[in-house]
Amino acid sequence: MNKEKQWPLWEVFIQSKTGLPYKHAGSVHAPDAEMALQNARDTYTRRGEGNSIWVVPSDAIIASNPADAESFYEPGNDKIYRHPTFYVMPEGAKHI
Amino acid sequence: MTVNEALFNYSLRLGDNSLILSHRLSEWTGKAPILEEDLAITNIALDKLGQARFLLQYAAQLEGKGRSEDDLAYKRSEREFYNSLLVEQPNGDFAFTMARQLLNDVFDFFLYEELTKSTNEPLASLAAKSLKEIKYHLRHCSEWIIRLGDGTEESHNRIQNSMNELWAYTGELFEMNEIDSILIKENMVPDLSKLKPKWNNMLCEIFEKATLKKPEEGFMHTGSRKGVHSEYLGFILAEMQYLPRAYPSATW
Repeated sequence: MNKEKQWPLWEVFIQSKTGLPYKHAGSVHAPDAEMALQNARDTYTRRGEGNSIWVVPSDAIIASNPADAESFYEPGNDKIYRHPTFYVMPEGAKHI
Repeated sequence: MTVNEALFNYSLRLGDNSLILSHRLSEWTGKAPILEEDLAITNIALDKLGQARFLLQYAAQLEGKGRSEDDLAYKRSEREFYNSLLVEQPNGDFAFTMARQLLNDVFDFFLYEELTKSTNEPLASLAAKSLKEIKYHLRHCSEWIIRLGDGTEESHNRIQNSMNELWAYTGELFEMNEIDSILIKENMVPDLSKLKPKWNNMLCEIFEKATLKKPEEGFMHTGSRKGVHSEYLGFILAEMQYLPRAYPSATW
């Protein structure tokens, strides 16, 4: 246990169907990996949300800093040739 | 006693066990040690309630006297309940609740595994469905037992003491009476004495991982097969049955 007497935090990712990407569902507290998996199952899959779970220690996730947003993302905005907007969509095509 | 009467009684035995354990677990809702465990225990309580509903509906149908699952749950008195003394024991601390759950779940695991082979179709199909739930309950509480036993000195002592205290309620789980003999002959239910070695082995494996000592054999409480209970069941029923008895026409 850490100083705050809280168990470590784990991020929960759930796959709703085989083949689909795992999506972040939320987080749980748990003393170790097995209990994190069980807590994730009990907290986030009670209504058939998925058939596979990943749990990751929250401190293993490296996040970008909001202060870096300008240098990270804005350079992409004026490079319109990177965006697939120059094609005519065939009529009737779905899910492109 | 006819096969039908024996089945009625056996369904009550299984159904009451699930109902009373569900009620006990639901007492944790809102005050479990952490939010995640609150959800886990409440989930288990709801699984147990689902099993109880199926079994009491089936019992009501077997009896054929126009009673419903609710009549069986809310309008029987203490002496007409056949749940084990184990499941009616108060929650105590978290270790005590997990110890009670483990002793019950290991038993249920082997019992329901056998019931999936029952020649009685409703029991076999209930068992197949419930077994999936029971496997998860067993996984959850055995992981807790291992962590408590192999945790701090205090958690170890608490879980060891709980196990020692509850051990006296485990002899009764394997008791059989006329109902069992009738249904065993029909290949509808298993011979409980054959489950005991498996129950024992699985518990010993868990105790070893949890660094717990197997409690010593000694005095065993008995009575539930005849509807004789500890002082706790009356209080559970008083709370559980108050509303439907005070307001018989109440609906949601």
